[in-house]
Amino acid sequence: MAAEREKLVLIGNGMAGVGTIEQILKLGGAYDITVFGSEPHPNYNRIMLSYVLEGSKTIEDIILNDLGWYEDNHITLHTGTTVTRIAEQNKLILTDNGLAVPYDKAIISTGSNSFILPVPGSTKDGVVGFRDIADCDAMLAAAKQYRTAAVIGGGLLGLEAAKGLVNLGMDVTVVHLLEDLMERQLDRTASSMLQAELTRQGVKFAMGKQTVELTGEERVTGLRFSDGSELPAEFVVMAVGIKPNVQLAKDSGITVNRGIVVDDYMQTSMTDVYSVGECTEHRGTCYGLVAPLFEQGMVLAKHLSGVQTPGYEGSVVATKLKISGVDVFSAGEFTETPEHTVISAKDEWKRTYKKILLKDNVIVGAVLFGDVTESANLQKLVKNSTEMTNEIYDEVMGTSCCGGGGAKKGMSVEAMADEEIVCGCNGVTKKAIVDAVTENGFTTVDEIKACTGATRSCGGCKPVVEQILQFVLGDSFQQSAKQGICSCTPLSRDEIVAEITAKGLKTTKEVMHVLDWKQAEGCSKCRPAVNYYLGMIYPDTHEDEKESRFVNERMSANIQKDGTYTVIPRMYGGVTTPEDLKRIADVSLKYDVKVVKVTGGQRLDLIGVKKEDVPKVWEELDMPSGYGYAKSLRTVKTCVGSQFCRFGTQDSMGMGAMLERKYERLDMPAKFKMAVNGCPRNCAESCTKDIGIVGNDGGWEVFIGGNGGIKPRIADAFCKVKTDEELVEVCSAVIQYYRETGNYLERTSEWVERMGLEHIQTVIMGSDDNRKELAARIDFALAQVSDPWKKMLDDKNTRTALFEQTQV
Amino acid sequence: MERSNREYTVGAVEDFMPQIGRVVNAGEVELAIFRTSAGAFYAIKNHSPHPKGGPLAEGIVSGYYLYDPLHDWKIDLRTGEVQAPDQGQAEVYPAAVDGGVVKVTLPAAVARL
Repeated sequence: MAAEREKLVLIGNGMAGVGTIEQILKLGGAYDITVFGSEPHPNYNRIMLSYVLEGSKTIEDIILNDLGWYEDNHITLHTGTTVTRIAEQNKLILTDNGLAVPYDKAIISTGSNSFILPVPGSTKDGVVGFRDIADCDAMLAAAKQYRTAAVIGGGLLGLEAAKGLVNLGMDVTVVHLLEDLMERQLDRTASSMLQAELTRQGVKFAMGKQTVELTGEERVTGLRFSDGSELPAEFVVMAVGIKPNVQLAKDSGITVNRGIVVDDYMQTSMTDVYSVGECTEHRGTCYGLVAPLFEQGMVLAKHLSGVQTPGYEGSVVATKLKISGVDVFSAGEFTETPEHTVISAKDEWKRTYKKILLKDNVIVGAVLFGDVTESANLQKLVKNSTEMTNEIYDEVMGTSCCGGGGAKKGMSVEAMADEEIVCGCNGVTKKAIVDAVTENGFTTVDEIKACTGATRSCGGCKPVVEQILQFVLGDSFQQSAKQGICSCTPLSRDEIVAEITAKGLKTTKEVMHVLDWKQAEGCSKCRPAVNYYLGMIYPDTHEDEKESRFVNERMSANIQKDGTYTVIPRMYGGVTTPEDLKRIADVSLKYDVKVVKVTGGQRLDLIGVKKEDVPKVWEELDMPSGYGYAKSLRTVKTCVGSQFCRFGTQDSMGMGAMLERKYERLDMPAKFKMAVNGCPRNCAESCTKDIGIVGNDGGWEVFIGGNGGIKPRIADAFCKVKTDEELVEVCSAVIQYYRETGNYLERTSEWVERMGLEHIQTVIMGSDDNRKELAARIDFALAQVSDPWKKMLDDKNTRTALFEQTQV
Repeated sequence: MERSNREYTVGAVEDFMPQIGRVVNAGEVELAIFRTSAGAFYAIKNHSPHPKGGPLAEGIVSGYYLYDPLHDWKIDLRTGEVQAPDQGQAEVYPAAVDGGVVKVTLPAAVARL
């Protein structure tokens, strides 16, 4: 290691600071790093303290970076050490145990403390904040010994603490100064619905009460309010807010307002000293939520690593309550004033509420209660100051005419014979599934999968398994647990994508830690999926994770059952040359390829290449990868077209080759096939392709959602266009919209049915702006791709590790 | 003498990428060596216990579990035990890191194969 690296000192071992360090490491920032933390633990996920309180997690479970991580990254960690002063003159960090550590750059990330109300009695035994692991331990201990508790503060933290204590068996009253819960995030309607729901769940409320004193001798016995009334309580949690921890900054002579004042690059008033997280004040705002911390950390990490970045401009704050069964969301402005236009819908029977605020027709805020499926979408709309349109209205208010589609709830399973195979891949009969439900009391597809193996391979039988479940369970099916993307998480694809965007999560590891995965490193289902979503969301910065790729994609070739591989070179539009054919023949002979086969998409399969020969075959072919293994564009099948065919009206070979060159290499939710035909005779079979194109005399017809595979489906007519430019723009928009909304492994045939054809048409053909923006986004993503075969040939280490076998 | 176990040095620690398996032939035995994200090493015979067989080295690694690349069976790398709903047993051998190199011990019967 070079001795001349600059010294970076991080003060505060929490999520914001360590998140920044992680980004710096990723960006290759060259620093010798030292971290100081006051708490005795390594870095943990503070937003999950509610789960520790609830008992569903231990402290070990919520640790983000264990001691090994610091070691692996050569970071010196001092836990249980408090920094007392930054000495600017001689650039030293001084600590309470006498250390003096030199720095070139320092980051203050001291977070915040619970704000303890300055009322008489607030220092008595049995009064705690809700902020760190020590508070959490105190609450767990209290629940074992005492029965009545009061939580002062009806905000996010207070409500989570109250619900936790109720779960621990305590009699809990939430004391709130105002008449509305979460008044800084919710309007009156949502607030009263929330209070009703929590009351149902066993939380009591004392609203409009100002606490003036805590009574008792040594230990607290109750609260006295300003109106003279009293509430007995053997244990009190103060959750009235947080106070940026600015003592160190103050003592070191750094400018402090409410928080440590920073500029858009997180620079404090002291040279070379930066600050991120809850302790900072940026443009007059102190944040107490996780998303802004990550956004700040990202800007600072880039700045410190010498990467060009626009400054931090503040965050649109969105809130979600972490209490099971209580879905609350708010973003941006929520209190209506005369200058707002208000769209709202309240359903007292389903207990849902939705409100969207517009200012000059721009979406500036939203509140959701009971059903938060639109939360990610709304957060994005608020963040981008989107103008309201009919399409958006239909989308977010759920008034669109083409709802789900796809899910046919036919009870045909009733008539199905017991011995009929439901899951063809694993040979599972209807009876086996029914037995699993009745004998083991299973209620979810996942449980049935774990027991019988049904749905675990291609997944094509999942709807039938669901129907059988529904048929056997009747009404109780509705109560069955929510299904996540795999058994590692209850979160759906949309929720995961929303959380990644909202919290600025960057790696599968981070996603799984922050979103509380049951199996810390995921499984063969979710790891590839999350890796795809990250790449889709951050096309320019996401570092593809080889270890999260299915074997074929990791090796960039198809594995066969005997462990040999199939190599398919690209042939754009299915057209090759005698020279290329000769080279393919020579290489096939030299490496003893078992079979040369024409694929279903008009390419050449070289089957049976030995693993260690694969890179040599690529090298000697010297052709681009044909992506026969990938979840991306496989082939564009073409007919002969106007170049040679007497019926051809359009140049299908030329157009096919052009489209293949344009879209090759880009990751998609599943494999993707196209076809271009020069005339309506449709010789290249457009009807079974994800995008099928048919030329006619005046232009092109576009079909989408076709499939000839597991679930055959004839493509739907999507639109007609006149020019080649329009054709390319439509293809770009369709592919990008599929990339952004498709579930991982979901083919367009399923996607079209789930989203509804009309919906996709409205999004893409209904708005020129939308279509152009989608096309621009795919062009941006396409600018980042490169040929994996070439890349692997240039990367000797990975090539050796993946392909070579050693003998010892 | 013939009865004793045989220790093989299969490579340096840094020859193995975390969570990506590597094939090493030790004597006559084809091994798949795995390095977990926590830095632990496991050695398993590079042959799936699935009736259709196939290699294991290219599977997805999560903690100390391996997902079979061809059949998606979940295998405990510590014991070789296949997890429910499937059943089976892969052959695992003791692996250890010693002074920056990875060593695998094969029982005498296997080493002489």
